[in-house]
Amino acid sequence: MSAHPSVTVNDLSDKAAAEDARHYEALRGTMRNQRIQDFFFHKITLLFAASVLLVLVGIIISLAIGAAPAFSQFGPGFITRVEWDPVNDEFGAMIAIWGTLATSIIALAVAFPISFGIALFLTEICPAWLRRPLGTAVELLAGVPSIIYGMWGLFVFAPLFAEYVQPALKETIGQLPIIGAIFQGPTMGIGIMTAGLILAIMIIPFIASVMRDVFEIVPTVLKESAYGLGCTRWEVVRKVVLPYTRNGVVGGVMLGLGRALGETMAVTFVIGNAHSLSASLFSPGNSISSTLANEFAEAATALHSSSLFALALILFGITFIVLSAAKLMLVGMSRNEGTK
Amino acid sequence: MNNAVKNPVYRKRLLAHRIGITLSVCAMGIGLAFLAWILWTLLYNGLGGLSSTLLTADTPAPGTPGGGLRNAIVGSVMMVGLSTLVSTPIGILAGIYLAEYGENNKFAQITRFVTDIMLSAPSIVIGLFVYAIYVANVQHFSGYAGSIALSLIAVPVVVRTTDNMLRLVPASLLEAAYALGAPHWKVAITVRLRAVKAGVVTGVLLAVARVTGETAPLLFTALNNQFYSNDMNAPLANLPVVIYTYAMSPYDDWRSLAWAGALLVTATVLLLNILSRTLFSQKTPR
Repeated sequence: MSAHPSVTVNDLSDKAAAEDARHYEALRGTMRNQRIQDFFFHKITLLFAASVLLVLVGIIISLAIGAAPAFSQFGPGFITRVEWDPVNDEFGAMIAIWGTLATSIIALAVAFPISFGIALFLTEICPAWLRRPLGTAVELLAGVPSIIYGMWGLFVFAPLFAEYVQPALKETIGQLPIIGAIFQGPTMGIGIMTAGLILAIMIIPFIASVMRDVFEIVPTVLKESAYGLGCTRWEVVRKVVLPYTRNGVVGGVMLGLGRALGETMAVTFVIGNAHSLSASLFSPGNSISSTLANEFAEAATALHSSSLFALALILFGITFIVLSAAKLMLVGMSRNEGTK
Repeated sequence: MNNAVKNPVYRKRLLAHRIGITLSVCAMGIGLAFLAWILWTLLYNGLGGLSSTLLTADTPAPGTPGGGLRNAIVGSVMMVGLSTLVSTPIGILAGIYLAEYGENNKFAQITRFVTDIMLSAPSIVIGLFVYAIYVANVQHFSGYAGSIALSLIAVPVVVRTTDNMLRLVPASLLEAAYALGAPHWKVAITVRLRAVKAGVVTGVLLAVARVTGETAPLLFTALNNQFYSNDMNAPLANLPVVIYTYAMSPYDDWRSLAWAGALLVTATVLLLNILSRTLFSQKTPR
């Protein structure tokens, strides 16, 4: 319109270019700042993530250093030595390892079928309105501190077990030729068997909630097509749900096993804390974690505390392997979701 | 219909079905019965152990009637509080790393794996680790050592929930923020983390619930203290260890205090769990 005579198209574009350049400079400054900020953000969060790994490495190294004197004294045979005598400074891990494995295996043998039944009930049988409250109840019970299970085991379960269940088992299965030896011995209520049963009650909620989660990822279409062919509900579970979720179920069981192996308080109360090895599951024994809980603060000699470190290292090694296996199976489960 | 019922194959299948379903219902019943029994025992003995001095008096000497758990409660609150303050930022930042940079990243995958293992690692071993690196060096048990042990247990819980929650945030939300020119860190914190605030708080609450009942890692870190103390640099009384020692003792007074303490701890843990659940179901978009 009334353009100023001196302003030309060239001037305008020069001005715009200068403006652009200024903008560009400002933008570059901002972007540089943001890049620096992002760089630090990345490195700082990386540092914290790395700290988790560092703790794991630290645990392994410090346990190994602590355990070194025991292993150099007794050699790798420490693991299989059946001896634990703080007075004479003679140590071996077998009694505690046996206690840990025996209690965990009993726990698993009892907890697996019950957890399976619970998970099955929650996913396939339970009426919809009951599903949430019961599921929440199971999950909440997984949160009950383990010391509570230990106290209940010692004060409520063990006396009843000694009075009613153990004599009955002794007179029936205990009379059988070979496996009878397992059910012989003192009926005191505390011992390997009781510890295993308490552990079972404790890990049922863990295993049940993992199994429920894996049962729930079975595509409804698969189940419906089986029902459509006339399968009963049990057949759907046996032939569709279970094969589909096999890895997840095994993973859940291993997760429960990992918990049982490392559990301290529930076991320490009821295992009896005796350093002896016996074929009878009624007799008191000791697990790795209960030995640690009872003796570490009072370990008198350097070799004693080093042997306890060696036990801890063995426990950590076993649980690490079991939990890794559990994790790998559960990961494989979710990766294959949808491709099967 | 009649023919079908008489068909032996069908009857066999029906029988298998009925047995299977019955066993499943029984399993649920057994599970619930035991768990109800345990909670009932706890409630019965715990309420019996409650007294007017439970919160105001300190732990009594052996065989002395009365007394309470004041020092143990204070010690537990201090240690759990400190470990929450320490583990929350560590856990959240590590969780942010996993969610932000964790795609196709070997290091992040390993970290995730290790976090999951540490979630279930034996807590007594954590206690031994803290003893080896801290207590053995400063030469005395202390509340700080207990807090370190509890933090090590809490961090994986926070990392895991933060990571899971952040990954629920829809990519479109993040892309919208990037399109406005926001830098990565700003998107991560003011958009992504804020979107799942409730979920992250859930993780922190779950971690608090988890460490509140932990006994094993405190046995050789915080130890115990019969007297009232709020010195974190000295052995500190705490509920779980008091419950453990008192329950194992031959004195009836101590045992009933142990039950009261057990009720207190369990009620706290369950309340925290319920709180985190309601928070999560209300605030988080599914």
